[in-house]
Amino acid sequence: MKLIPCPLNGPRPVGEFACLGPAKPMPADDAAPEAWADFAYAEDNPAGPILEWWLHVPSGTMFVAERDTVTDTMIRTLWPADFRAAGGRP
Amino acid sequence: MTDTRLPAPFGRGIDRTRTIAFSFEGKTYTGHPGDTVATALAANGVRVISRSFKYRRPRGLFSLGGFDANTLVQVGPEPNVPADRLPLVEGLPPISPQNTDGPVARDPGAVMGLFSRFLPVGFYYRTFFRPLGAWARFEKIIRTRAGLGRIDPKSPPPPHVRTRHLFCDVAIVGGGPTGIAAALAAASNGADVILVEAEPVLGGFARAMPADAFPTLAADIAHLDAANIRVLSGAVAQGLFSDGFLTAESRTDLFKIRSSTVVLATGVAEQPIVFRNNDLPGVMTAGTVRRLLHVHGIRPGTRAVVCTADDSGWDAAADLRAAGVTVEMVADLRAAAGEATATARAALSAVPFRFSTAPYEALSQGGGLYGAPLSAVRLCGFDANATVGTVTEPIACDLLVVSGGSAPMAQLAAHAGARLTPDPDRGFVISDLRSQIFLAGSVDGRTAPDTATADGAHVGAIAAKSALAAVPPTGTVRDGAVKAVPDRPPVTARTAHPFPVVRHPAGKAFVDTDEDLVIEDVENAVEDGFAHPELLKRWSTLGMGPGQGRQTTLMGLRILAAKRGMAPAALGPTTVRPPFTGERFQALAGEGFHPHRTSPMHHRHEALGAQQMVAGLWHRPAWYGPDRDKAIAEEVAAVRGACGLIDVSTLGKLEVRGPDAARFLDRAYAGAHTAQPVGRCRYALLLDVGGNVGDDGVVARLADDHFYVTGTTGQSDATYRLLVWLNANWGLDVDITAVTGAYAAVSLAGPRARRVLRAAGTDLDLSPANFPHLGAREGTVAGIPARLLRVGFVGELGWEIHVPADQGTALWDALVIAGRAEGIRPAGVEAQRILRLEKGHVIVGQDTDGLTHPDEAGLGWAVAKKKPFYWGKAAVDFRRAEGLRHILFGFRLKDPAAAPPPESCLVVEDGRDVGRVTSAATSVACGGVVGLATLPADWPKAGRAFSIRLPDGTLSPAEMIAMPAYDPDGARLEPEPAEAPEAKP
Repeated sequence: MKLIPCPLNGPRPVGEFACLGPAKPMPADDAAPEAWADFAYAEDNPAGPILEWWLHVPSGTMFVAERDTVTDTMIRTLWPADFRAAGGRP
Repeated sequence: MTDTRLPAPFGRGIDRTRTIAFSFEGKTYTGHPGDTVATALAANGVRVISRSFKYRRPRGLFSLGGFDANTLVQVGPEPNVPADRLPLVEGLPPISPQNTDGPVARDPGAVMGLFSRFLPVGFYYRTFFRPLGAWARFEKIIRTRAGLGRIDPKSPPPPHVRTRHLFCDVAIVGGGPTGIAAALAAASNGADVILVEAEPVLGGFARAMPADAFPTLAADIAHLDAANIRVLSGAVAQGLFSDGFLTAESRTDLFKIRSSTVVLATGVAEQPIVFRNNDLPGVMTAGTVRRLLHVHGIRPGTRAVVCTADDSGWDAAADLRAAGVTVEMVADLRAAAGEATATARAALSAVPFRFSTAPYEALSQGGGLYGAPLSAVRLCGFDANATVGTVTEPIACDLLVVSGGSAPMAQLAAHAGARLTPDPDRGFVISDLRSQIFLAGSVDGRTAPDTATADGAHVGAIAAKSALAAVPPTGTVRDGAVKAVPDRPPVTARTAHPFPVVRHPAGKAFVDTDEDLVIEDVENAVEDGFAHPELLKRWSTLGMGPGQGRQTTLMGLRILAAKRGMAPAALGPTTVRPPFTGERFQALAGEGFHPHRTSPMHHRHEALGAQQMVAGLWHRPAWYGPDRDKAIAEEVAAVRGACGLIDVSTLGKLEVRGPDAARFLDRAYAGAHTAQPVGRCRYALLLDVGGNVGDDGVVARLADDHFYVTGTTGQSDATYRLLVWLNANWGLDVDITAVTGAYAAVSLAGPRARRVLRAAGTDLDLSPANFPHLGAREGTVAGIPARLLRVGFVGELGWEIHVPADQGTALWDALVIAGRAEGIRPAGVEAQRILRLEKGHVIVGQDTDGLTHPDEAGLGWAVAKKKPFYWGKAAVDFRRAEGLRHILFGFRLKDPAAAPPPESCLVVEDGRDVGRVTSAATSVACGGVVGLATLPADWPKAGRAFSIRLPDGTLSPAEMIAMPAYDPDGARLEPEPAEAPEAKP
């Protein structure tokens, strides 16, 4: 079973986590429906590094992880505040 | 009965002082501790163990390693047990052969062999697809004949296989000389080590050699225990998953091993030679012969011919000579000998041998239709291009030793993502290994026996060093004082023969004995267009039998490549996936943990005779008492006429706190919560990003910066995740805590609820003026700190009372005692569903689905009109502008005595389905069956008639009614409006 590096709890088995999909900037509150539909349903599905939301379920720890989809290796993790500061939410 | 046992020093692995009896095909045989069932049969001269899968050909020992289907037997109720992996112990159930209609040596089913040319590859796919229904008729016959074993559904369930989680620094797979050396080296460098070996006894290939070949082996094995190395013998490593997660399965345990590094010392698999009748009993690999001699002390035959493409056949010939077997001929496929050991050559001085020679066909005598074991072999000239030359006269023999070279046992490496590239020298070359996974020994080309230990020592030290350098999640890095790493011995793997495939005009040269596939089957599949290894495998089933391609994948690739005029390396092997070998369902099932949750008052419900229903993980009382309809009717009547007590502890519950709490809820939920006064409840409607109804509940504002939010039982986890994720994006100053399990809750509802609550004792003013409908208060009930939400889900005066979970039973008892005089009665989920349906209240997930717009569910009123933003707003507005197709509306059946239609019955109009029933129940208060249904959006007029199609196809007339059907004015929510406010004490 895969190990996920939780920034709060260290490496834990993937069964303790829920992946909530790609992490990307959210549209503005008043963005057009097309922008929201794109945000909700269109994914780039890259072969290579991708940012994803992960939740460590037992501790309720939400974080962003960078994962390589080709090698299935975890590259780094980010706290949500750092993700937002880096432009996750403009 | 033939006695084939040899005297010492042969048979190092058996205890001749003890004898174990067992039964095969109804006859009693004996063997010794250290035997497997397969070797014990061989010791008794039993040469035919099973029949083949398709043609029912006789089969005997071949690989002796669980690599082929030849030794699959039925052991009591358990089918498909590899007899060469089943240790002979006392008390085995009766053992029987598989795939036979009679005695295995004389199986009438062997007539199938006559039809072989009518059974080409893809036979089932080609033949039974027409006429329509043909498969249904033939399937039963084919399944019966295709066999493998039989499951006896009446047999008692097998004992549980324990699941054991193990942790270590270095996990080593393979308990041969290399794995043992790696384990000792890793341990001496300070690593915590687990060693996994499939056989019950350590030693690997060294066991198949004379004792003096590895003089230090016994001492090394003895040293493992002193080095605190955990040895899992008799455990097959089944899969290597992400991040080095390794599983291994023994007869009694399923091991799940988490290590920092993994060393694969899995060795090589001997490869067969493909020639006519290469599947006859009496044809076996060089390794099988050597194990029979050295481990089990069994003489595998009296007159042997050896056909080899590498040095192992020469070694086997030498061992056979030493055991007194007449070796008639050693035929080597190569033009000149490889590095055959000096001792082998010396011992073989009197044996005739030929190079550039291959087996042409194996012959058997006297079996007639049934087939018989080997009696002779004809050899032929053979060159590097696999051209067949002059054929010899038959050479009489009862043992034909074959060795077509070897291929690395790279399955586990491949599970972990490594690439296997066909290679003329090494079978496969393994590349792209994941970090922290290491290969050692012959699996990595270090095939020379005398370098096995040195290579294990090298790799074990590296693996320990790598494991101990990894920083553990907590604690300190252990300084293992890593010692100097010895040098790695060179790769010694050499090509055996690039194409050990000998053609014969009469065919029957088996590429895959598990699946009865011959050369022509593979070539025909290529001609049919299945010319890629993955397609070939699926069309022909090549390598899909119990051996899982260990002795067939490489050969199949070579034949495929030759047919296409390509190099095997250009094709690559098929993808290798776990498990390594057959897994038993009882190992995967484990001990049957079924997690469930119960309310803090669960034992009270049990005592009251509640019938439990399952909602997600929760057990909830459906009704109380043995008679369902009577109980539900009484519970409904109690709520409507007096007071009911419903356990609602399973509701999702959240605390939302912080300066931005109101703003956060405003952005997440569809309703308006910024303006919500402290001490008030509001309906909480949560949508998804597509504007669909996701969850609903109540938001109670306990303070400016503190909200208590409830939700539906089934959605509580998803709601929590959505809210936490939303705020991870938004970064508001708010804290969201899931407290579902921390609070017990009851719904106390009915016209006498206020009297009951007062009788139970509370410090709150319950008067209508001071605790109005939709009020929220914190106080005490029966001395227990409680949150009270005055809500009307069931349409009566009522409170939800939330208390700390450990006080739930005390609250329940206090209310039951206080309510006795008022006629209180516990009510279950079924009664609650009727009560809310009479009020037209929606249950999210029952009356809505994943595509329900709030307007369609009649919840448009709960969506704030003026808010600039809430989750899902863009989609809600867009879909509203596009026009909605359905609306959820109440209905009543015309026949008041009819039974309620089951949920999801279709609404039909002019023969088309235009909607469906989402809820329906017989309501005493409404005088018949009422329900909710999704109906066309252009219909919503109370009184319109329509038809519901029942499961038996009949149409039930119904009409649309306005909801709520019960108490439309909501007068029941406050039965005592005139009551004066209480005086504060």
